Formats: sequence, structure tokens, C-alpha cells
Amino acid sequence: MIATLTEVIQGLLAKNGLVFAFLVLGLLLLVSFWVSEKVTRNKIPGVALAILVGLGLAFLGGEKGLADIPIFAGMALLGGSMLRDFSVVATAMGVDLAKVRHAGLAGGIALLAGVLVAFVVGVAIAFAMGYNDAVSLATIGAGACTYIVGPVTGSALGASSEVIAISIATGVVKTILTTIGTPLVAKIIHLDNPHSAVVFGGLLGTTSGVTAGLAATDPRLVPYGALTATFYTGLGCLLCPSVFYFMLKLLLG
Amino acid sequence: MTIYGVALLSFCFLAGKLLGNLLGVLLHINGDVGGVGFAMLLLIFSNAWLRRKGWLQPATTNGILFWTSMYIPIIVAMSATQNVRAAITGGPVALVVGIIATLAAFLLVPLIAKIGKTATPTTTDDQ
Repeated sequence: MIATLTEVIQGLLAKNGLVFAFLVLGLLLLVSFWVSEKVTRNKIPGVALAILVGLGLAFLGGEKGLADIPIFAGMALLGGSMLRDFSVVATAMGVDLAKVRHAGLAGGIALLAGVLVAFVVGVAIAFAMGYNDAVSLATIGAGACTYIVGPVTGSALGASSEVIAISIATGVVKTILTTIGTPLVAKIIHLDNPHSAVVFGGLLGTTSGVTAGLAATDPRLVPYGALTATFYTGLGCLLCPSVFYFMLKLLLG
Repeated sequence: MTIYGVALLSFCFLAGKLLGNLLGVLLHINGDVGGVGFAMLLLIFSNAWLRRKGWLQPATTNGILFWTSMYIPIIVAMSATQNVRAAITGGPVALVVGIIATLAAFLLVPLIAKIGKTATPTTTDDQ
């Protein structure tokens, strides 16, 4: 009897995954905001706590995190790129266009600098840790941009699947560290106004990390960071397997 | 009606993504270059235009604001569906490169944010 009941419930939740995801997230945010207020006395923002719990729950699964467990499969739809981008676009309703225009130049420079610095850092460290062929170095350097630039560059250049896996992992580490680290360093790097949020989005470039990190810091800054971050992966996919790779090849002789 | 707002948002989203994908094809990248950014700009402009015309009713705006407010739970869902395991098991190279690349980008924020900042009347420059 009890076995059938669990079966029925599991079937119901798996079939109505998106609705169940709404319920789970509502409860998760409720608890996070309660703990934030009562336990940490608002020292840790509720959003930051909820994101941390989310990352922790992702450990229960594999490639798709918590969504690998059938009853939580709806989380993948709600947290997937379609609805994420849809709601990020919706945040543009609160954007002050004058502020965006004002930060335009700095945002553009931040984008170029962000991709270049990530690539150079990735190549230099991979070189120091024993990699010496241009293809592997460029792939890991591209992975330091975002977890999409890495595999795109790797497959364009014909890197080994092991190196491509490392480049993806590198990008994921960056996304997670940006998510957790942004609220911690926000004060130190003066990340408290739309202008620096535009620059921040261009420099970090991981749309998930930038939006989650800014949400945990100050949700009003999210659209400004998202605006530039969204160009980063495309720019990285453009520069890493072409200009940057050729420069690296020249450098290695 | 609320659906008008949601439809407007959908139009901006799809048109922006289309632009991003076309730009990707032009640049020979199999992907989306700035689609979300274009969509956001489109929404900002159409919002301003409709407001000037007086065609933007509160119910319409609510259709968009609902999705604005769903953004945080969606980000939490996104965090819960990341491949966290891969990040930890990707080996020392992935961990070291990921950490240093992120820190380097953090440190550049105040430097590059100085560009064009002096023109803002609200600036509180400490230098």
C-alpha cells in the first residue's frame, strides 16, 4: 500500500516537473530568507544563501545537477537557458538607458580585456602545469573565458576530449566562484553602481555567474551586468580559436 | 491584458535572439552573439516608445514584471542544475585556472570602471 503510494507520488511529481519545481523553489527561498533574517541577521543575503543551497543540492546529481533525479527534472526546464534568458531580458524594464549609454565605452573595453585576460591566465597556468602544445593551451585558455568558449574552441582546433573536459570544468569553476565570490568582494571592488556592474559583466562574462552573483549582491544591478556579459561568450568563441590561437602559435614558434 | 506584456517580452526575446544568431552566422560562429543584450535593448526602446504613445497599460506592464520577479527563483534553479561535480573533479588545472581567472577579472573591475566615470555628476571619486 505504502509502496504504491510512493510510486503514485513519484509518478505525479515527475509528470508535473515544472509545477513541482515552483513549489520546491518557493520553499527553498522561504527557508533561505528566514535563515538570512533570523540566523545571520541579514549579514548573508537570502538570495546568496538560496544560491549556495542550490549549488549544494546540485551535488546530489551529476551532469544536470539535481535535475538528474527524475522528480526534480523540472528544475532543468525552469533553470535552463530558455527561461533564464527570458527572465533576464524582462529585467531590462528597470534599466536606465542613460546609464547604459554612459558605461558603453568602459563596457566594450571590459569585454575585450575580460576575454584576453582570461585566455592569457589560462594559457600561462596550463603551460606552467605541463601542457606545451598550442591546441591544448588555447583550449584551456578558452575554458577560462566560459564553459562554452572552451569546448567550442577545443572542437574547432581538434583538442583531445580530456583537454576539452578540463576546459569545461575550468569554466564551471569560474561560474561557481563568481556566484559565491561576487557578494564577498563587491565592496572591495566598488561594485555598487550600474556603471561598474556593466564593467563587471564584461570582465567576468559568465552570464550565469554574473547574474547570480549580482542578484546575491544587489538585484538592481543584474540587468546592467547581464547586458555586457551576454556578448562575452560570442566574443570569446570568435577570438580564441582564431586570433588568439594564431598569436599563441607564433609565440611558441 | 497581461498577455500583451508577455507577448511583447516574447517578441523582444525572439527578435534579439534572431539578431544574435544571425550575427553568429555572419562571424562564422555556430551560436548566439549578444542575443540577450539585443533583446534587452529592444525591450527598453519599445517600453519607452509605448509609454510615450500612452499605449502601455498597467496590466500589460504586469505581464513583464511577473517575469522580472521570477528571475531570482530561476537563478536558484539554474544553480541547482549546474555540473558542480565536474568543477570539483576536473583536476587541479581546472581548479587553479578557474580560480585565478576569476580573481584577475574581479581585480580589473575598479580599474576599468574608471573609464568614462569622471563625467558622471554622481561620482564620488576618492582620488
